[in-house]
Amino acid sequence: MSKKGKGVRAKERRAGWFFLMPATIMICIMSFWPMIQAFITSFKSGKGAQLSWADPWNFNYSRILQDKIFITSLKNTFLYLIIEVPIMLILAILLAQILNNKDLRFKGLFRTMVFLPCATSLVSYALIFRSLFATQGLINQVLLNLHIISENINWLGTAGTAKAIIIIALIWRWTGYNMVFYLAGLQNIDYQVYEAAKIDGASSWKTFWGITVPLLKPVIVMTFIMSINGTLQLFDESVNLTNGGPANATITMSHYVYNMAFGQGVGHFGYSSAMSFVIFIMVAILAWINMKVGDTRD
Amino acid sequence: MTKRNKSMVQRRLIPSYIFLIIWSFISVFPLFWMITAATNNTVDISRGRIWFGTAAAENFQKLLAAQPLWKSMGNSFIYSIAQTILCLLICSLAGFGFELYADKAKDRLFAFLLLAMMIPGVATMIPLFTMISKMGMLNSVWGFILPQIATPFMIMMFRQNSRNFPAAIMEAARIDGQSEVGIFFRQYMPIMRSTYAAAAVITFMNAWNAYLWPKVVMTDNKAQTMPMLIANLAAGYTIDYGVLMMGVLFCSIPTMLVFFILQKQFAEGITGSVK
Repeated sequence: MSKKGKGVRAKERRAGWFFLMPATIMICIMSFWPMIQAFITSFKSGKGAQLSWADPWNFNYSRILQDKIFITSLKNTFLYLIIEVPIMLILAILLAQILNNKDLRFKGLFRTMVFLPCATSLVSYALIFRSLFATQGLINQVLLNLHIISENINWLGTAGTAKAIIIIALIWRWTGYNMVFYLAGLQNIDYQVYEAAKIDGASSWKTFWGITVPLLKPVIVMTFIMSINGTLQLFDESVNLTNGGPANATITMSHYVYNMAFGQGVGHFGYSSAMSFVIFIMVAILAWINMKVGDTRD
Repeated sequence: MTKRNKSMVQRRLIPSYIFLIIWSFISVFPLFWMITAATNNTVDISRGRIWFGTAAAENFQKLLAAQPLWKSMGNSFIYSIAQTILCLLICSLAGFGFELYADKAKDRLFAFLLLAMMIPGVATMIPLFTMISKMGMLNSVWGFILPQIATPFMIMMFRQNSRNFPAAIMEAARIDGQSEVGIFFRQYMPIMRSTYAAAAVITFMNAWNAYLWPKVVMTDNKAQTMPMLIANLAAGYTIDYGVLMMGVLFCSIPTMLVFFILQKQFAEGITGSVK
């Protein structure tokens, strides 16, 4: 290449760096730097802006282990994770599989309706579910009229049912969202594979486990990571559906961290940062495990 | 295929139809109920009325009296549109740079930036709050958008979609004497408009629906967003469900409109970076 050509290449390379600089700088300032600061703050104690080094240095972290509310929030978050995510993902795959059938009619209409919950904000749907399951709400009225229950149930005021309703609400909101990923994944699979399986006389159950699930595996791993990430950071639902109650029975980790930092008259920035760092470690570990599991496909 | 065959195929699909109808009902009903409840008074709602009522105007008046509805709608629109424009510009520039000027160093930087995806919002919330308040940006549009204008997800989406951008166009434009920046604005942007549309829809939706960060950074009632407004409606000891659902309806109208008009772009935006 001539000297002139080389000069152009160098200019292009510089232009490339110039294009990606604004985003890189913003991510460093707005994500990485705060994360480092949060880690530093997690070794401090005090309130609001008056922070000093904690004594002993691991004070905040040892406090976490003895904090009953944090342990509850941890258990709750994992309960939501373990029950909600598998149910939701299986439902989403089933719906995608059904909607991918060439012979199905009104496909567009069904897809729109299944997808519709995604159009509502998290706060909106949390408040809708809170209203539906209120003690004087519609669900109780319907169950009373059907004589399934004899008096109004305080769904959100009872620990067990309140947790169940958060899970139901989460499934409602996110199944259609995940279905979109699977539908996109299925459309990349040659439909003839299914035709061939049908000719071979494979049942739809067998086709599902034998063809759909293996071929969708990369998408499934990805939705799993996203769901884990999302569930570990649950906030809007805990705040607006149950407000963490009754008596912190349904509180999530993010909600508790928020309350400790910005709740009324608290401002425990050091302790909150320590808890948020623990959440970060958990997200990272679970994502890593997931990626490893996803990689071991033959 | 014969008629008989066709009806047999449809008959075999009956369980599928039943499942779809049930799930569609579950999906749609809470939203339908939200709309009808906005037109009923709270007494009728707790009696279990599920059809449209006559209290819409009354609920609307009460909502206006209880909360600064127009101010919050305006705030939400300004924040969301500003975030959408800036985020698209900065992230598409980065996606363009990472894909069309790719080399080893840039790939390594890209992998590093992706790590930011794992950082939970709740972890950066406190340092960001301190930073934004030191810069005097609490309750401002900048305070709202600055942490969100560069996201690994959006950069990845633009990078992945840039793979379809023909390199020949770059070369031709260079021979024509266009500058690299000129290529971005004159060639890249128009060709990538469908990616921009999908990215715009998803960014707007996320910005409109954001809750945790606005709750942290918008300490003044006058700067609050729509999700904060409806959360406030439900914070009292007694809740007027008709008024609450009227608020939820207002909060949902823009996202619903976007959903129904741009559903394809929305779906593309969600799955955007996976290809």
